[in-house]
Amino acid sequence: MRGAALAIAASAVLVAGCGSGNSGKPQLTVFAATSLKNAFQSYGDSFTPARVRFSFAGSDELAAQIRQGSAPDVYAAANTKLPQQLFAKKLVGRPVVFAANRLVLAVPAGATKVRSIDDVARPGVKLAIGSPSVPVGSYTRQVLTHLGAAESAAILKNVKSEEPDVGGVVGKLTQGAVDAGLVYITDVTATKGRLKAIELPARLEPVVRYGIAVVRGTPNATEAQRFIAGLTSGAGKSDLLAAGFAEAP
Amino acid sequence: MARWHWFPVALVVALAVTLVFLVLPVVAIFVNTTPGDLISSLGDQTSLDALRLSLETSAIALALILAIGTPAAYLLATREFRGRALLTTLIEVPLVLPPAVAGIGLLAALGPHGIVGEPAKLHLVLETAGVVVALTFVASPFYVRQAQAAFGALDPSLLEASRTLGAGEARTFTRVAIPTAAPGLAAGAALAWGRALGEFGATLMFAGSLRGVTQTAPLAIFERFATDFPAALALSAVLVAVSGALLLGVKLVARSDADTGLLARARA
Repeated sequence: MRGAALAIAASAVLVAGCGSGNSGKPQLTVFAATSLKNAFQSYGDSFTPARVRFSFAGSDELAAQIRQGSAPDVYAAANTKLPQQLFAKKLVGRPVVFAANRLVLAVPAGATKVRSIDDVARPGVKLAIGSPSVPVGSYTRQVLTHLGAAESAAILKNVKSEEPDVGGVVGKLTQGAVDAGLVYITDVTATKGRLKAIELPARLEPVVRYGIAVVRGTPNATEAQRFIAGLTSGAGKSDLLAAGFAEAP
Repeated sequence: MARWHWFPVALVVALAVTLVFLVLPVVAIFVNTTPGDLISSLGDQTSLDALRLSLETSAIALALILAIGTPAAYLLATREFRGRALLTTLIEVPLVLPPAVAGIGLLAALGPHGIVGEPAKLHLVLETAGVVVALTFVASPFYVRQAQAAFGALDPSLLEASRTLGAGEARTFTRVAIPTAAPGLAAGAALAWGRALGEFGATLMFAGSLRGVTQTAPLAIFERFATDFPAALALSAVLVAVSGALLLGVKLVARSDADTGLLARARA
């Protein structure tokens, strides 16, 4: 019996250890779009009011987790539509726009097969894009609709993978599995020269805005608000700019 | 004197907790899925494509695993040689690899820039063949391990008798060892098939996700989860049912095989 009691006590300590830790600071859980990874991680390290832990994934997967009852403290998406939808369902507070990004055509550095979006429509070119529900995939489809039916169909024919988040597209590119992919300019910057960005013609470029909101019912609302405030004017903003994001207009 | 009763009670409690924990999520999938959801999920072309691809790729993977894994396991189980324990452990490594690590490893080995993939100019990544490779990699240890145990449990005198009667090594393997070990082999095959049907991470990293080409049922479920939870549940229910039916089928076939095998030996 004593052994069992010890085991139960030990596992209770373990579980408690996984929960809140012992530093006294509140813990902030932030669900954030994959493309925010570098900027948010350095911001999180310097954020003093709370210890911050992140879950990075496609904004759509994170929103689905929140709809299914997951309760982080902050939700940051690579578009404004998903935070608005969660706000309409009263799952998060009113979202604010905190950053802008640019969709670009990315190719492996040194590759010459693809020099423009029109090259992507040529037969035999391999392309990776985001799946329709993840923001990067939905921006990509906006670009395609501006290109016209014939070219858009030719490009879709070259799509070899529809990835659940932008990280998947970057991975397929850096592994040499595809010749080109549509990602954010910040993702190209983060590869430190392994990928090269080709800008899209201005008439095709979608408006890419990032929305963030405090999740309803969080016990850490104050810290969550401060986390968001630091992104619009503070350390978080510098980290975003350093990662290649633009100020939200 | 109830003192000596606590241990059996603890065993029963442990079993009950194990059962509830393992069965509850599967039950929840069916509780939350209406028959209408199930039918509309089956009527959806994306789901059907994903299920068909899952069945095809996992069947091919299983065929490869059986064809190569069975003799390999037989050798490991029936011959004493230096380094056998090390080999056995090496073969089991994929069992403990996180799927993402398996995916990275496959890319580093067989990808376009991989140590074998680049010189051999392999075209597996983002192709259906790549899915088969990923499934085979993660699932085969489940079979080989079980097959090794099944062959290891055979009575050596049975194999010896077969050889003495002039059957030869190959005939002894196909006519005596395999039929006698069939239940164990089938259990291993069922595990491997189930693992292959459920594979997600390595497939996504190595083969990508494209409808009809590389998007297997688990990848389709993940994609669906982002937009339509009931539909994701329905497709999950279908996958559970299909996997369950396959596993049951394999076990039944093995049982009847084993019976006829025993009968044949009894007649001989």
